Amino acid sequence: MSVLALESVSAGYGETEILHNVSLTVDAGEIVVIIGPNGAGKSTAMKSVFGLLNMHAGRVLLDDEDITGTPPEDVVRKGVCYVPQTENIFPNLTVHENLEMGAYIRNDDISGRLQEMYDLFPPLVEKRKLPAGTLSGGQRQMVAMAKALMLEPKILMLDEPSAGLSPLFQREVFKTVRGINEAGTPILMVEQNAKQALTIASRGYILVDGQNRLDDTGDALLANDEVAEMFLGGGTAATP
Amino acid sequence: MDQFYGYFLYGLSLLSFGGIFAILTLGLNIQWGFSGLFNIGVAGFFAIGAYTSAILTTGPSERHLGGFGLPIPVGLAAAMVLAAIFAWIVARICIRLRSDYLAISTLGIAEIFRLTFKNETWATNGARGVSFVPKPFETLLEPWNQIGMALLILAIVAVLYVFLERARTSPWGRVMSAIRENEDATRASGKDVDRLRIQAFVIGSSIMGLGGAMMAHYLKFIDPQAAEPLQATFLVWVMLIVGGSGNNKGAILGAMLMWAVWSATEIVTSRLPDELAVRSAYVRIFLIGLVLQFVLQKYATGILPERRVKSIAQD
Amino acid sequence: MMEFLNFHLIPGLVLGSIYALGAIGITLTFAILRFANFAHGEMMTLGAYFTFSLIAITGWHPIAVLPAAMVLVGIVSLGVDRVFYKPLRASPVVIIVIASFGMMLMVRSATQFFWGVQLKSLVVGIQRPLVYFDALRISPKHMVIFASALILMLAIHLLLTKTKIGKAMRAMSDSPELARLTGINTENVIKATWMVGAATAAAAGVFLAYDSHVDTMMGFNILLPVFASALLGGIGRPYGAMAGGLVIGVVEELSTYAWIGTEPLLPPGYKAGVSFAIMVAILIWRPSGMLRGRVF
Repeated sequence: MSVLALESVSAGYGETEILHNVSLTVDAGEIVVIIGPNGAGKSTAMKSVFGLLNMHAGRVLLDDEDITGTPPEDVVRKGVCYVPQTENIFPNLTVHENLEMGAYIRNDDISGRLQEMYDLFPPLVEKRKLPAGTLSGGQRQMVAMAKALMLEPKILMLDEPSAGLSPLFQREVFKTVRGINEAGTPILMVEQNAKQALTIASRGYILVDGQNRLDDTGDALLANDEVAEMFLGGGTAATP
Repeated sequence: MDQFYGYFLYGLSLLSFGGIFAILTLGLNIQWGFSGLFNIGVAGFFAIGAYTSAILTTGPSERHLGGFGLPIPVGLAAAMVLAAIFAWIVARICIRLRSDYLAISTLGIAEIFRLTFKNETWATNGARGVSFVPKPFETLLEPWNQIGMALLILAIVAVLYVFLERARTSPWGRVMSAIRENEDATRASGKDVDRLRIQAFVIGSSIMGLGGAMMAHYLKFIDPQAAEPLQATFLVWVMLIVGGSGNNKGAILGAMLMWAVWSATEIVTSRLPDELAVRSAYVRIFLIGLVLQFVLQKYATGILPERRVKSIAQD
Repeated sequence: MMEFLNFHLIPGLVLGSIYALGAIGITLTFAILRFANFAHGEMMTLGAYFTFSLIAITGWHPIAVLPAAMVLVGIVSLGVDRVFYKPLRASPVVIIVIASFGMMLMVRSATQFFWGVQLKSLVVGIQRPLVYFDALRISPKHMVIFASALILMLAIHLLLTKTKIGKAMRAMSDSPELARLTGINTENVIKATWMVGAATAAAAGVFLAYDSHVDTMMGFNILLPVFASALLGGIGRPYGAMAGGLVIGVVEELSTYAWIGTEPLLPPGYKAGVSFAIMVAILIWRPSGMLRGRVF
């Protein structure tokens, strides 16, 4: 049983259809990556989980429960947390308040979880009373992820977490993502930076024009010449 | 027979007031229906037109600026020109503002005009207003004077209608439609969106000025209350929304219909004892407001929805 | 100097604190519900009228009945939202602004219907000003208003920074979409926004009436300065709204001071134009306001 499954999903905004018959799964313990050219529908695939689109066909299953079309606030309650690509923190709230908001629907004591987040993202400790909008790009990404993790979700979805970051911070982000996964949370991630993403991925899906094109394990995709040519800038991952 | 005569005169007054409001609504339609400009300062331009024409056409007076004694057509033309000038100034400053901000600004403008009319008593006689404004056909005997006035107003409405329908289907109108549909694309295709919007705002306000002038002549009187948002602005907006925004026929229909409703409710409430009659005005406004809310929720396009002209965006 | 303080600066601060309270509601509604609420002025008026009636029933001091007036205005606000604004939540912003414009007239006519249009007073009798240092004259009314306003602003501050719903309001003001994705119950936040707005509006109305008189146009008459204050402070910035209100109140009162010679700089009849001029200036040169709020 997969933690998350999209079965033959066709969806879009209003009448237009962006995803055609897309299927993917995320199993326990995995990091699953969606890559593909711009406009391939990668982010759309994630948004379909959150009921932010018009579903024309197909299902979304969470632990075998059909959550197709469930509105965002309820999907969160079911244990899916989503970090959008932009506007993923509350800039005028402090770092600490952002995390508190992340745990909004929880009524229990969150101090333990808060500490876990500070342990996972040490740079945030000294910044925790500062407005989140004043942090650097990489640190803001940390706040966004920590906020999403406050609910101890069944699965964490990340939309291009390395976007707009310098190469140094990109490496940091992927290291963090792996750390989160090792701590027990399965991850579904859309990424433009295919090479680095596949390096940490258990499996990957390639979407082109809103359709499944290819899927395999992370390593296999990295070694695949065709994939390399299309997305990895020529050559395989073995070449630095 | 007397009764019928009474109804006949009442009918003429309905046509006259309805017609004046139709002029205002047509003006607003250019701004809102054609160009998506949210102007709640209608009353301000109405007042400018009214005062301009009143001052230019009245005889000499110690209480206000006057004594020009110019013919009414000159007053009307001047009303339109002055309203246009002020509209141009306002538009130059505010045209790029988002709808709520434009709304607040235009409301502010109308208030400033009202304060000016109230405070500059040397020109306008302040709160007491300008009286003895000449009225077309007033030398004729009843009912011919009223018939003449009503026909004049309806003629103006007809001319405006033809002019605006031409404008709507012209290349200018199609660009305006394209701007409403997709402003960015239209801008990208090289059209000067701001200038076109300013044009729409100016023309619309100019027509409102004409409406104001006609009202001043019809009532033979004008005072700063005219710029109070209530009757002029609110009623005109309700008329446009109910009749169908974007739609010239709808604008006229809405104006006539809502004026008839407004007028009818006055008849009903004027029969009440004095105590209640005073307060009844508020009930009428409240009910008109309810009509507006109802239409907004259920029929945002109004009774006569817009007949889309193929816009440039689709060419 | 004394004339300056007594007749311009102090009244300016009092007026400014009234504007500040009114602006808090406007800025929150603007940021969270995304529209300029033209009916807000009428809530201020309602607050004054409810207080008037409550005083007539109980004989208490206006400040004592203010909490009850706040609750009453809150109920009206929530009712209006439920019936007239909620159905339009998915409509284009312009439609809901038109609705609020209509609401402004509807609430006003209801007020005029129930209470009539004659001027009324909240308290009877003239109070003699307290004199400090032989020249500084401050009326007790002004002191009460200013102090109460500060206390209210402090309460708002505590609400926004120490309570969960307050933080959720700030969060939603930053980003309604993210708030939804975070699982925040947006309808609850909206209700809280209306209640805070109603409470501050009622207070603003009562203070204004306490300082002058009760009349059905009072809310509308300060609506423009209140909008200007919110814009000056930055939309979505409650502290900005407070600061903006004080600035505009003071500037308005100072505009009629005889800076040059003996005549007021600006004829008092045009005082209302001051805030409008400031507002247009902000919209053109710095739409995000002093504290860089949202620009739509």
